[in-house]
Amino acid sequence: MTSYLIKGVSILGGASADLLIKDGVLATGSADGAEVIDAAGLVALPGLVDLHTHLREPGREDAETVETGSRAAALGGYTAVFAMANTSPVADTAGVVEQVWRLGREAGLVDVQPIGAVTVGLAGKQLAELGAMATSAAGVRIFSDDGHCVADPRLMRRALEYVKAFDGIIAQHAEEPRLTEGAQMHEGEVSTRLGLTGWPAVAEEAIIARDVLLAEHVGSRLHVCHVSTAGSVEVLRQAKARGVRVTAEVTPHHLLLTDELAASYDPVFKVNPPLRTAKDVAALRQALVDGVIDVVATDHAPHAVEDKECEWAYARPGMVGLETALPVVLSVLGEQWELIAERMSRAPARIAGLAGHGTDLTAGSPANLTLVDPSARRVVDPAELASRSRNTPYAGTTLPGRIVATFLRGEPTVLDGKAVK
Amino acid sequence: MIKHLRSAADLDAETATLILDTAGEMAALAGREVKKLPTLRGRTVVNLFYEDSTRTRISFEAAAKRLSADVINFSAKGSSVSKGESLKDTALTLQAMGADAVVIRHPASGAPHRLASWVDGSVINAGDGTHEHPTQALLDAYTMRSRLGRLDGLNVAIVGDVLHSRVARSNVLLLSTLGARVTLVGPPTLIPIDVAAALQPGLKVSYDLDSVLPDADVVMMLRVQTERMQDSYFPSAREYSRRYGLDAPRMRKLPEHAIVMHPGPMNRGMEIAPEVADSSRSTIVEQVANGVSARMAVLYLLLGGKA
Repeated sequence: MTSYLIKGVSILGGASADLLIKDGVLATGSADGAEVIDAAGLVALPGLVDLHTHLREPGREDAETVETGSRAAALGGYTAVFAMANTSPVADTAGVVEQVWRLGREAGLVDVQPIGAVTVGLAGKQLAELGAMATSAAGVRIFSDDGHCVADPRLMRRALEYVKAFDGIIAQHAEEPRLTEGAQMHEGEVSTRLGLTGWPAVAEEAIIARDVLLAEHVGSRLHVCHVSTAGSVEVLRQAKARGVRVTAEVTPHHLLLTDELAASYDPVFKVNPPLRTAKDVAALRQALVDGVIDVVATDHAPHAVEDKECEWAYARPGMVGLETALPVVLSVLGEQWELIAERMSRAPARIAGLAGHGTDLTAGSPANLTLVDPSARRVVDPAELASRSRNTPYAGTTLPGRIVATFLRGEPTVLDGKAVK
Repeated sequence: MIKHLRSAADLDAETATLILDTAGEMAALAGREVKKLPTLRGRTVVNLFYEDSTRTRISFEAAAKRLSADVINFSAKGSSVSKGESLKDTALTLQAMGADAVVIRHPASGAPHRLASWVDGSVINAGDGTHEHPTQALLDAYTMRSRLGRLDGLNVAIVGDVLHSRVARSNVLLLSTLGARVTLVGPPTLIPIDVAAALQPGLKVSYDLDSVLPDADVVMMLRVQTERMQDSYFPSAREYSRRYGLDAPRMRKLPEHAIVMHPGPMNRGMEIAPEVADSSRSTIVEQVANGVSARMAVLYLLLGGKA
């Protein structure tokens, strides 16, 4: 195994130092024979961990595969991604989660950790075999019907309770289905002007409020996916203050973009939950700083061209995000490296119980890390994305930061800003 | 002149007034024995209709033909559209056929905006989803001006299912641009959220039709689909009609000069009583005639005619 000496790197923005990688771990001692990487001006972060990725395989390999999504992730500075269950077939059995897990191992670019469906076929009727997925080779710990809300309160309660047996966690897509029938965008001034059916903030907030009470009642862990409203932040703030075991994520796009973008009717801006108002964006940013929101998760949602190059109402919701997540967060938070490491690496690894990721860059730790050039600026060009899909909302936007290198257990997956395989 | 007419917001006061004035000249033409102008000879206008709307399509077709344009009717039924061809592919087909203007009616809000990004010709919105119907607003404004002599300062009440109405959105925008004062009237469930902020600061909203009528110069009744009651927007057709329908006793609360409008098709007995629809205040038949003139003006000006 090649050894690497990363010279003159700033660990989390600290003073210039050297990092030695030997046998897949960070090491001290002699750097003889190590390949030297000049990292002057670069910042080292623990490898990023994404709790919310859609890899589309099996089923929509025309939009993304485990391999192409893994490559996009590595280029974005990630060393682990959690693959959502809404594939075809749905990842609701040990067989499917093991398939995804194995495809991830074969691609070898990031650790692909499957998320299991909460209910059979995401139908919201009957619990999937959560225990079988937990004890499978994939070792599933996070369960989610993402894309659909576990709306039935009784079923949600049972799911929260059941996964306690194997320290699982339910990740809820908070969307009251009756309040969002036919919904196309955030309900407010802009939806009224555009004549698009509204997705009211209360449809998210009501489910989060219910679920934190359920989690409190049964003493379970709850994770809230893609929080998008100021009201949700307040519900979470209160729940956390009471000691409820709830964690929450926000996407990069909800930290940067607003519902005004729908005025173009270009479905590249259609996403679920929808882009909200500037007031919501401000509240989400503050919540991320305060820790009311624990994690930035991409909700990377690749879609084939024909699913986006159409009328707004007919387009599928979602945006790709793995390759732009860190630049967007940098543009929002600035160079707060400690905070970025916490929200994009340590906290997601901790929530998922993922060993070997999100660890400090100290001797003995697995060498899962990424090197970022914070002074670089990049104009996002959809054609340059490694993802198989092109549905980025940032086309033509200049974003700060460039991921120069990523290491997974000491092996480079990205060098000089290019994927090594 | 603007290239596309996707929204009534595309029109400033000057442009809107020019269209109305031109519509007046076009209307004068309708009284002649030969109703045709050679203006758009050799130009192609495509009517691209994804929804059945015989009256709007015929109105655009008559308008284009009176200007001597070649008209191609492309309806979703019985064409490649019903075989699942995408709007973009259809747009590229029309582009290849050399369409100078595409008139589009579509159930999805914003479809004309998407279409305009794929074709070189002018795009005219003939109704998109629950968004807008700008030529309807133009013909309505033309009708008001013809009957009442002005638009500036008029009190216009738009009554009914504003939430789902493309006619209401376009009328609010256009009438406000032209100086009229609009009040939206309906049950709170059918008034869209933040509507004043969305469309026009100063836009008024009332849930009480009776209180609005004495000051109204124009009452525009919107079609209310009875299916809405299945979705709990209101309890029953009967209750809707009692609270928001325009019947003869209510009509008597209007000032002497006030007019009653309806974009059609009407639900007689639901939002409008037959004796109101057939009264001398009603402009419903005029609106149809004025529709052709207004659409002629739009085609004429957008395709480069001079006023």
